[in-house]
Order: sequence, then C-alpha cells, then structure tokens
Amino acid sequence: MKKVEGYVYIMGDNISTDDIVPSHCLTLRDSMEMAQYTCEAIEANFTQKAKNLNIIVAGDNFGCGSSREEAVNVFKVLGIKAIIANSFARIYFRNLINQGIPGITYQWDPRDFTEGDQIAIFLEKGIIQNKTNNTEFSFIQLPPFLLAILEKGGILNQLREKI
Amino acid sequence: MSYTISEKVLLEHSEKEDISSGEFIECSIDMVMVHEQLGGRIHQEYEKLHLNRVWDPSKIFFILDHWVPAPTVSAAQMHQDCRRFAQKYQFIHNMGINEGICHQVFPEKGFARPGMLIVGSDSHTTTYGAFNCLATGIGATDVCVVFATGKLWFKVPSSYRIHLSGNLPEGVMAKDFILKFIGDISTKGAIYKSLEFYGDGVQSLSMDGRMTISNMVVEAGAKFGIFLADEKTRRWVKRVSHAPFKAVFPDEEASYEKKFNYDLSDLEPVVAKPHSPENIASISKVEGIQIDQAFLGSCTNGRLEDLRIAAHIMKGKRVNDKTRCIVIPASKKIYMEALTEGLIEIFIKAGAVVGNSTCGPCIGGHLGVLGKDEVCISTTNRNFIGRMGAPSSQVYLASPATVAASAIKGYITDPRERVKNK
Ligand code: SF4
Repeated sequence: MKKVEGYVYIMGDNISTDDIVPSHCLTLRDSMEMAQYTCEAIEANFTQKAKNLNIIVAGDNFGCGSSREEAVNVFKVLGIKAIIANSFARIYFRNLINQGIPGITYQWDPRDFTEGDQIAIFLEKGIIQNKTNNTEFSFIQLPPFLLAILEKGGILNQLREKI
Repeated sequence: MSYTISEKVLLEHSEKEDISSGEFIECSIDMVMVHEQLGGRIHQEYEKLHLNRVWDPSKIFFILDHWVPAPTVSAAQMHQDCRRFAQKYQFIHNMGINEGICHQVFPEKGFARPGMLIVGSDSHTTTYGAFNCLATGIGATDVCVVFATGKLWFKVPSSYRIHLSGNLPEGVMAKDFILKFIGDISTKGAIYKSLEFYGDGVQSLSMDGRMTISNMVVEAGAKFGIFLADEKTRRWVKRVSHAPFKAVFPDEEASYEKKFNYDLSDLEPVVAKPHSPENIASISKVEGIQIDQAFLGSCTNGRLEDLRIAAHIMKGKRVNDKTRCIVIPASKKIYMEALTEGLIEIFIKAGAVVGNSTCGPCIGGHLGVLGKDEVCISTTNRNFIGRMGAPSSQVYLASPATVAASAIKGYITDPRERVKNK
C-alpha cells in the first residue's frame, strides 16, 4: 500500500470508540448490521455520508476509550480507507494498523481541508496532496515496521505468512 | 544505560541488549487477559489462522464479566462462542460468569505480580500497574497475535514521573486524585506515555486506591500507570500467589519527559462533568445538581475500601425517594467480604439495589441503564455520550464517598461532612 485516495470526511476532537460503536450494539453478531449504528449519537447520517466520503480527517485523541476493535472494523466495513488525525489514542492506532488501515498523524490547519476535498496520501513519501485546492502537506512517515504491516493488509496476513 | 520501570520491564521481555524510547521492539508476554471480546472479533479472526492451538493455554486468563448473566439473546450467543473457544483451545484459567469484573479478579487470583508484562483485551488492563507490573490494553487482532505467538510489538514509551506526597484528607479518595490529574493534563495529555508513581504519598495509599489510579490513567491516554512496590504490594501479592517475584525499581539516572508533584493532603472531592473525564469541577461547583441514579461499582471503584466508606456514609440513612441507588461489588470475593462485614445489609436497608458482580451499568449494558435525559452520579471511569444509556443522559464521575453522600441527598453533594459525623 503506497498511495491512498479518497474524499475528506471531517470529524472533531476526542471521538471515542463509544461514539463510533455504541456499546448497545457490541453483542451484535453481524458486522454489517453493527456498522449501521456507526457514530449514531454524534453524527447525523454517518453511514450515508460515508458512501462518498472515505477518508476521515479528525482532531485530537481520535479513538480514545475502550479497546473495542469493532470501532475500526465498522469503518472498514463502510469503506473508510484511511484516517488522518492530530493525534490518535494508543490502542486505536494499533488496531488501525493491525487491520491494515493507515492512521496518519498530522497536525492540520482548518485551511488544509474542507469536507469533500479530494486527496491522495503517499504513505512512503509522507505527503498528502489536496487535489481540490491544489496544496500539499508533509507528515512524519510511519516507520518501515508499520508500513510493512499495511503493505500486507494487516498484521494477521503478515503472521499467516510467517507461521 | 539508565532505565525507568517500564523500560526495564520491556527490556527484560525482549531479546535486545538495550532500548530507548520511541523504538519498536518485540516482547514476550507473561499473561493475556480476555473477556467477552473473545466471542466478538477474537474467535472469528483467530480461526482464520487455522492453527488449532494457542501458544500457551496456561498464560491465558478468560472471564465473562461485561454482560453477566446474559441479559439478551445476542449476549448469550456471544458467551456461547466464548465458551466454545475456551474449551477447544483448553484454556486453563477459565473464570466463567460468577467471579466478577476482569480487572478485579485477575489480581485477586494472583496473576498480577511485580515485573510482569501483561496485556488484555480491555483498555483498563492498566489497572494491574498498581502491582508494579506493566499492563496495558490491546485490541482483538493483537490478542490473536499473542494467542498465536506469545509475542507482541511495542513502541517503547517515554515516561512521566509523578511524585506523590502527603495523605489524603478524610472523605477525599484516590479517585479524586486521578480525576484531578486527568483534569490537569487533559484526556490527551499522556497519550502513549508511561506514568510512573513515586514518593511517600504512594505508601499512604491503599492497594485499592492505587488500583483506582492505575485503572484511570488510560483516560489521560497513557499506556501504563505503574507504582513502585512497597510492603503493601508484597503483602498483597503474597497473600494471593506463591509464585516468586522481584520488585522493579527505576535507575536513579532514568530520564523522564515530564515531572509532576502532587501533595495528596491538598486535594478536595471533585467530579468529572458530562461528557468527558477531563471536565473536572470541584464539588462546591456542582453541589445541588439533582440525580436520578447513583451507581457504586465497576473496575474503578467497586472494591472493599469503596464499599466500606459508602456503607459508613449510608448506614441508618435512606436513599432519597427521587434517586435509585445501585451497588455492585467488583468481584464475588469482595461481595462475600462485604456480606461478612455487614455492608450489604446496610446498602439494602438504605434502599439500594445490590447486583451481582458485573460491569453492568458502567457500559449501559444492564442492571441500571439510563433513560432519556437522566442524570447519574457514578464511580465508573467514563462519562462519554451514551456510555451508560440514552445519548441524552448525563453522567458525573465521582468517588464512592461522593456517590454515597449524593444518593442520600438526591443531589450531588460534598461527602466530607458525612464522613466526619460518624
Ligand atoms: S467495569 Fe466498566 S470500565 Fe471496567 S471493565 Fe467493565 S465495562 Fe470496562
């Protein structure tokens, strides 16, 4: 995975895993069904909007709270390709990488992105291109160790090759 | 090289000669704790590896605690999947549904000992740091990696040194300290950091109180919340385990990214207002807010010390007519001790509902879910939108003393007067 392209979905600070997957649907057995509740209490029509907007751009401490990995999986099910945030909560960041979704830490300025912007992320170069407003920003690349996990589409794929 | 406690434990569990913060390393895991997540994503993902074994069935601790006994058909099915998996892979430490909440039962059964490296499928696995071991939460995929290999990648964190001095005043609890700390540094203030607690203030804290602090470090984003071991730690661990252990101390020259000093005797009762644990207000600022429910329990504050102070405040009193009070001891062991001490009778006579040991209301699971616009004061650790029920419900986090005093009044109130007037 070298390049990710998509459209920006803007979210705020401190989005918790409780916000992303409310606990009342944690016992649901079907991930499609669970995904229908994604962000239900904090975003109107998340699932509808996510059909067109597939790169989340968020503020500080994204994914704080519970370790529930469902909070990564519902995004995956809904077609979210990457998440850019000022900062990530630790467990959430691991869960993203482990499931093969790039988590990009980048302190962004409101002028950098508007919802709906078309962007491309070059993972190895550490560059985000905003094609809508013709700008480019650089971020600190993920270490090779994590890029290798993303390259395989997640840590379990990598593990399968080793065992 | 000079190391902090967390660097020492990580180094010990890796094959490296030396390490420094920011580095990625692979470590061997001493124990992994799993709960209902096993029947969520873990079992499905693990089966895809077609391994038919786990690396070491004696190093897995499995418990059902979030929704026990199962309140819904889907929870019951999740439990079935968990049990099937535990049986198939011959888990040795299978706790079932009636032992209590993971973070209480795990140390009670002697699995948290100084120097260990422990991970768990729950963010509050940090609780075991109270016992001078490194413990942190991981997601389902990481659990699969540990099940398969016994190893996991870690980024070596940098550390914050938190020096505690003095004694907590009467009616002020470890919970008030950790809430204040989170309010001071914010919910993102310690992302990825290891918090290490030192100073003579540590010795003045009970093990129960230290567990409350380590439990909530994750609310500031921290990876570990680790205490120096002292006589109290040794006594506690020896009571529950015969396994040998060695306390880990930091090197004198160890480097810390930041240092903090807190005098525990300066503290007062505080609450975290909706909808964030960093939203701290001193008790005087929220005095008088009407409450529909008061909840005493969870892995943060369902321990004996918590039940004792609450019972002391509630003895011979009645829970306010407009308020429901729910008490849930964090484990069966604590429940039995509270029974012997007569605490449960005090709660029941005061009009509280006493439930079996489970997470229950803490995640809005069962046994006291909040309705629309309802207000709850709770000893739990998170007050995010909808955490305990309806999205419009409001949760104030507080100490067991504050929750008990508020249950009697029917509004949020300062517990200090009630503690004094025994
Ligand atoms: S009591 Fe609450 S915070 Fe603790 S493990 Fe259970 S759900 Fe999580």
